[in-house]
Amino acid sequence: MTGSLSGAAAIAGIGATEFSKDSGRSELQLAAESVRAALADAGLDPSDVDGMVTFTMDANSEIAVARELGVPALSFFSRINFGGGAACATVQQAAMAIATGMAEVVVCYRAFNERSGQRFGRVQTAAARQPTSTGLDNGWHYPMGLATPAATVAMFARRYMHEYGATTEDFGRVAVTMRRHAASNPNAWFYQRPITLEEHQASRWIAEPLHLLDCCQESDGGVAIVVTSAERARDLPHPPAVIAAAAQGSGPDQFVMNSYYRDDLTGLPEMGVVARQLWRQAGVGPQDVRLGILYDHFTPFVLVQLEELGFCERGQAREFVADGTIGLDGRLPLNPHGGQLGEAYIHGMNGIAEAVRQIRGSAVNQLEDTEHVVVTAGTGVPTSGLVLARS
Amino acid sequence: MSDPITETARRIAAAGESVRTPARDPVNRPMINNWVEAMGDANPVYTDPDRAARSVHNGLVAPPAMAQVWTMRGLHGQRAADDPLGVMTKVLEDAGFTSVVATNCEQTYHRYLLHGEQVTVSARLENVVGPKNTALGEGYFVTTSNTWYVGDEPVAEMLFRVLKFRPSRRPEEPASPTTAESGTSSEPVIRPVIGKDTAYFWEGTSIGELRIQRCGGCGLMRHPPGPMCPECGATNPKFLVSHGLGEVYSYVVHHHPPMPGKALPYVVALVELDEGPRMLGELTGIAPEEVHIGLPVEVAFVRVDDELTMPTWRPRTEGSGR
Ligand SMILES: [Zn+2]
Repeated sequence: MTGSLSGAAAIAGIGATEFSKDSGRSELQLAAESVRAALADAGLDPSDVDGMVTFTMDANSEIAVARELGVPALSFFSRINFGGGAACATVQQAAMAIATGMAEVVVCYRAFNERSGQRFGRVQTAAARQPTSTGLDNGWHYPMGLATPAATVAMFARRYMHEYGATTEDFGRVAVTMRRHAASNPNAWFYQRPITLEEHQASRWIAEPLHLLDCCQESDGGVAIVVTSAERARDLPHPPAVIAAAAQGSGPDQFVMNSYYRDDLTGLPEMGVVARQLWRQAGVGPQDVRLGILYDHFTPFVLVQLEELGFCERGQAREFVADGTIGLDGRLPLNPHGGQLGEAYIHGMNGIAEAVRQIRGSAVNQLEDTEHVVVTAGTGVPTSGLVLARS
Repeated sequence: MSDPITETARRIAAAGESVRTPARDPVNRPMINNWVEAMGDANPVYTDPDRAARSVHNGLVAPPAMAQVWTMRGLHGQRAADDPLGVMTKVLEDAGFTSVVATNCEQTYHRYLLHGEQVTVSARLENVVGPKNTALGEGYFVTTSNTWYVGDEPVAEMLFRVLKFRPSRRPEEPASPTTAESGTSSEPVIRPVIGKDTAYFWEGTSIGELRIQRCGGCGLMRHPPGPMCPECGATNPKFLVSHGLGEVYSYVVHHHPPMPGKALPYVVALVELDEGPRMLGELTGIAPEEVHIGLPVEVAFVRVDDELTMPTWRPRTEGSGR
């Protein structure tokens, strides 16, 4: 059975709103606009849609979005838990629904006013009060003062530095690269605003050892992805981005952002679970892939992902990124759109859209001869990943 | 102290009983039928004329607990202008105490009502107590009493207490900023959710014990705890009391954003206990720049209030070693 999903479905359309700090409209409107744009991009009508997938965290229900678009009927709807870890799994859900005949055209979407509305970077008091297993989990961390995403990642980062000799400059090289890529992307919030490593080092502490410039921005916006069968996608306007692999993963003794009780605090075993599935399904390995879209809400986890995906040895990522490897001219360019540090933070969905553009050949920072792109979702949480292919 | 709330409360209480408001309909069988059906009360004295006639009541009576039903205002009804709860509610809402929860309701019945009787009701403000800090937020307890009459005869009374409160900050509102980076947030602390599987831990901190869950089957130590041992499957968790000593395994110096109940910056440490498991807590008594991985620490308990004591860490003092 393994691998039966590979090649069955493809991304035929992508759509997005502008990325801003204050959209001035409702989250539902952002969702509806991005879905409509993605359908137009795919050359499909709302009446073609019969499936919808989003994040558990998304405030716009599948039926609300369907109403706004005039989608007459849905035969498949689903939601994925665990924050940004859901991003690639929405596409996996869509692909599985299509491969099993549950739906023919599935739209995955994520839309929020994450800057002008509820900001994730703030202390999430409500998250500590939920009368659920998650609320109990948070009770071991939030009341103790560890209550923001940056702080939870900083705890990993400190141990990673200790074990492998990494420095905050190593984290900074990731930020500088992402901002350089965003500087030539007109859709990026930080268009034409690159930073230097000195600026990174001089930026204020958020949660030591993380500087402000290690943390992704907060954004308003929406992104939608249209998935259909690979066969049908070939008849649509754009070259299909074939879903060669799609996987979810959680690891041993898994928590949301606080998996501090495992033997080892320097890896992301949940991403390892994803990586092994991706390479097996896609029939390629890290040596075959020349482009990565890695989730970059905080820089240290970009380094750890390179290790979990097998692009370098454990603890070696700081050397891997030191010589320009992840730049546009490097051996493994990462996030040519500028990632969430540079373009926008749409919970990883804008990264999937960039992977599709790179496959199509329509990206602003277009790379040559992209056959495969590996895409990852949120880190520190149960997560997901994709390998998209040109054919 | 004569703020507007206290002043209004005094004035309304002094005014005494409001004008009596008549019930919309006389005590009647159709309404009783619906009520007893909904409540599952099968007593025939309310609905069966023959059996009621043979009872001590010598005829149909109404359930006493329906007192309030007779004088409900209906879907579009308005409170009387002098209704004390209505007036007090308005004053409190204008002052920002916009949420309400009923806390007490005590009813006294003087006699059964007979079918066909016409009821009236009056209301009186007993007292307004506050402001009080409650788990829901700051608020005032408003106590009113109602008396139901048939003619001039009191037939039932009710003491009714509500808490009108200002809801605690909602999550979608931005955290209230402190005036300076080194300021202390005035927000109340974040409290843990405590459940059946975790109560032992917090009961321990309240008496100065740092408890580690230990499986009653295989002895596996585990933190954070859970109801089923992942090693042997036993659902028989016990605990041991930790010596409270360990070393910093990792740590964070939190600078931004402000955190309820904490002064910035502060250190949170992940401590590996001598017994094995790791546990998280604030690390105090040391400058942030002096903290390092491997630092020997000991537990310290910080009492927040009667219900919550937080475990924290501090550098080990002389003689605290094993
Ligand atoms: Zn056991």
